[in-house]
Amino acid sequence: MKVIVDWLASCGGCDVSILDLGVKILDVVKEFEIIYWPVALDFKKEDLKSSEADIAIVNGAVRTSEQEEQLKLIRDKVDVLIAYGSCACFGGIPGLGNLFKSEDILKTAYVETPSTTEGKIPQEVTKVDGFELTLPKFLEDVKALDDVVDIDYYVPGCPPSLSTIEEMVELMLKLKKGERPEKKVLASDKSLCYECPRSKSFLRPPTINRPHEVVADEERCLLEQGIICLGFVTRGGCGARCVRVNMPCRGCYGKVPNAFDFGTEAITAIAMAGTGEDYLPPIRITEAVDRIKDVVGLLYQFCLPKSKLGDLK
Amino acid sequence: MVLKKIEINPITRLEGHGKIAIFLDDSGNVAEAFFQVVELRGFERFLVGIPIEEVPRTVSTICGVCRAVHHTAATKASDEIYGVEPTETAKKIRELFINAHYVEDHAVILYALGLPDFVVGPEADPAERNIVGLVKKVGVDVAKEVLRRRSYAVKILEMLGGKPIHPVAGLPGGWSKRITEEERAEIEKLAKELVELGKFTVQLFEDVILKNEKYMELITSDAYRSVLNYMGTVDERGLVNYYDGVQKIIDTKGNEIGRFKGKEYLEYIAERVLPWSYLKMPYLKKIGWKGIVDGEGTSLYSVGPLARLNVADGMNTPLAQEAYGKMFDVLKERPIHYIMAYHWARAIELLNAAERVLELAQDPEITSPDVRAELGEVTGEGVGIIEAPRGTLIHHYKTDDEGRVTEANLIVATTHNKGPITLAIRKAAKHFIKNGNVDERILNYVEMAFRPYDLCLACATHMLPGRLPIEIEIYDSEGELVKTLRNF
Repeated sequence: MKVIVDWLASCGGCDVSILDLGVKILDVVKEFEIIYWPVALDFKKEDLKSSEADIAIVNGAVRTSEQEEQLKLIRDKVDVLIAYGSCACFGGIPGLGNLFKSEDILKTAYVETPSTTEGKIPQEVTKVDGFELTLPKFLEDVKALDDVVDIDYYVPGCPPSLSTIEEMVELMLKLKKGERPEKKVLASDKSLCYECPRSKSFLRPPTINRPHEVVADEERCLLEQGIICLGFVTRGGCGARCVRVNMPCRGCYGKVPNAFDFGTEAITAIAMAGTGEDYLPPIRITEAVDRIKDVVGLLYQFCLPKSKLGDLK
Repeated sequence: MVLKKIEINPITRLEGHGKIAIFLDDSGNVAEAFFQVVELRGFERFLVGIPIEEVPRTVSTICGVCRAVHHTAATKASDEIYGVEPTETAKKIRELFINAHYVEDHAVILYALGLPDFVVGPEADPAERNIVGLVKKVGVDVAKEVLRRRSYAVKILEMLGGKPIHPVAGLPGGWSKRITEEERAEIEKLAKELVELGKFTVQLFEDVILKNEKYMELITSDAYRSVLNYMGTVDERGLVNYYDGVQKIIDTKGNEIGRFKGKEYLEYIAERVLPWSYLKMPYLKKIGWKGIVDGEGTSLYSVGPLARLNVADGMNTPLAQEAYGKMFDVLKERPIHYIMAYHWARAIELLNAAERVLELAQDPEITSPDVRAELGEVTGEGVGIIEAPRGTLIHHYKTDDEGRVTEANLIVATTHNKGPITLAIRKAAKHFIKNGNVDERILNYVEMAFRPYDLCLACATHMLPGRLPIEIEIYDSEGELVKTLRNF
C-alpha cells in the first residue's frame, strides 16, 4: 500500500511528531510503502506526478496558490486523504490571519515592521534587469483542507499526541485490510475533562484570571481557579499535556462533536462564571467576560477558519 | 539577451517553499543568482490583539523544529512587558530547557546532514551521502546509541515544556512548572548521557576530519570561504551564552563593531525587502547596504554556531572550552571564515550544551518552588533575544496597557543568514557554470555550501532541515527545457 506524506502551510512540527514515533516508525515502513515524504526520505518527484497512491497524510493549512494546487493534485491521486494536525483540520494558529486582510498582513511584514528599510510588497512577478522572477500568490484567507477538497479522516492536535498517532497507524492497517472505519475524527468524542488528572469540586470560579496573574494550584481544576481552560469544549485524546505542566488547554483538538461552535459554546459557559450563584445578573456576566482580553484569539486559537465566525468573513 | 535560465528548486517544485534562479549572460556566464523564499504566514500581523502571556505558546508554532527557542524568546519579551525579572530558579529552568533543545537540534543537524559529507566522504554518491550511509560507516550500534541519547534530550523538553513539540510552560516572570527532586534526579541521569554524546561527537569530528588531509583541504578551500561580519551573544565574561547576554558584532577582521541589548537592535540591524522573495535580507545598518558581497567592508553578517564562537572569547564549560581552543589553533585564523567550520562549531556547542544541562541539573536551586516572580506594571514594550541553534533570534513586541500586542517584529536566524546563503549560491554558480557549460558538480557544491548554515526555512517559511533535494532546470533561449540535473 502506497502512502504520501506532505506538508502545506505548516511549521514542520507535525512531521517531527511522526518521526517521534521512534522505533515504531520502522513497523510503519514495513507495512507501507512511503513514496513521498519530503521531510524524512529521499523521493522522486516523478513518483508523485505519475503514479497513484492509496493514502495521503497531509499537514498544514492552505495559505498560497501553490499549496492549493498541490492539495488538489494529491486528492486526485489517493483513495483516502487524512488531514493531520490542527492546521490541516481547522486552519490552526496561522488561521488567526483571517482576522486581517491579506494585503494588511503583507504590509505589516514588508513595510511597517521597524527594522524594515525601503519597504515594498513582494510581487508575484518581478522583473530584475530583464529577468523574470515569480512567487506564488498569497491567498486572501487561510483555508482548512476540507475547504478545498474532501477529507476522509481527521487527526487533530498541535501536534497530535503519540497515542493519537498510534491510533492513526491502526486506522491505516485497517485500510490496508480493505476496511473503511466509520470513525472520522481520531480523537475522543468526550471532552478533555474526562481525561484530566485534576480534581474537580464543580464550583464556579470566583473570577476570571489570566494565566500569568495567579500561581495555579497544581492539583485543582484550572477553570475552578478562574483560569480559562478550554478543555470542557475540546475533544480529549491528547492526554492533557498542557494542564499537566500547569497551563490551560487552548483547544488544539477541536470542538467536542455536539458543540455548535467552539467559541460560542465556550463563551456561553464562561459567561456564567462570576459569583458562585445560580443566577447572574447581566451586568455581572459582562464583568466576567470583560476579563477576557482577546475573545477571538483565545476562543478560536486553533479553529477560526472552521468556525461560525470565520464563515462570516 | 538571456541565453539560459536555470532554476534550482531546493524542495520539490510542487511545494516550492524556496527556490533558486540563476540567469546567464550572452556568453553563458552567470549574470545573476537569486535565492527566493516563496512563503509567508504573517505572524507579525495576526499576533496583534493577543495578550502577551498567550504569545509564547502561539509563536512556538512558527517552527516545529526550533519551537523551544521561539517560545523562550517570546517569554523573555513578556518579562520586559510586565517589568519583571524572573526568579533565579525560573531563569535556570529556562536555560536548562534551551540547552536540552540545543543537544537535540544540533545532534539531528550533525548526524543527518553535516557529518555524512565527511564521514561518508564528499565524493561519495549522493544516495549514500546521508544518514543511511553514515549508519553504514559508523555502525548500527553507534547510530542507535546516538538516537537513544538524542531522545533523552527530547524527554527533558517534554518534562519541562508540556507538549514535546510545542511547549506551553513559559510565563512572564517565570515558568509554569517547577522541577521536583525526583524529576531533577532523572534529568541529571539523562544529562550524563548527553555529555557522553557531546564528547563522542567532538571526538568523531576530530578523528574523521582532522586526521584526514583531504577533508582539511576541503574545509580550508576558498570555494567554501566567505569573508563576513559575525553576530552572537556573549555573557558578562565574554563567553558564548544561548539564553541571555549581550549581542556582539565583529567585522571581517575580528574588530568589535558594537554591542547591543534589547531594542537597540534597531540601531544595528536593518532588513532590506527584495520584491522577488518573501524573505527579507538583513544588513548592518551602521555600514549601510553594500549589496550581496563578501570581503572587507561588506554589510552582510552571519549568525549561528561559527558566528557565536567567532565573536566570543570562549565557552562556559571545561570540555567545550578545550575543544574551542583546538579549533582556532588548527584553523589558524580569527575570525574563522571557512563555512565548513560551522559543523565543527556545532559539535563543540553540542558538548557545551550537554555540559550546561548537567551543571544546571546539579544546581541545588533548580528544585526551588520559587518559579514565578511577582509582576510589575505593564511597560508596553519588550524585546526577547536568545541564541537559537541556527543563530540570533529577536522577538520584539509593543502592547497596550493591558498587555495586548499592538506591534510585533520577528527576526529569525535564517533571515539573518539570507545574505551569506545567497553569496554561497553565487559562488557555486560562478565556479561551476562557465561559458554556457554547466558542471554537474554544482549540485553537490550547492548542497554542501547550504548545509553549514543549516537553513531552517521552517522558521522563515516551513522547511525542515531534512536532506535538501535540489533540482536544476536549464532552459535555452527559446525557453525550452534542455537539461535537468538532480541529486535525488
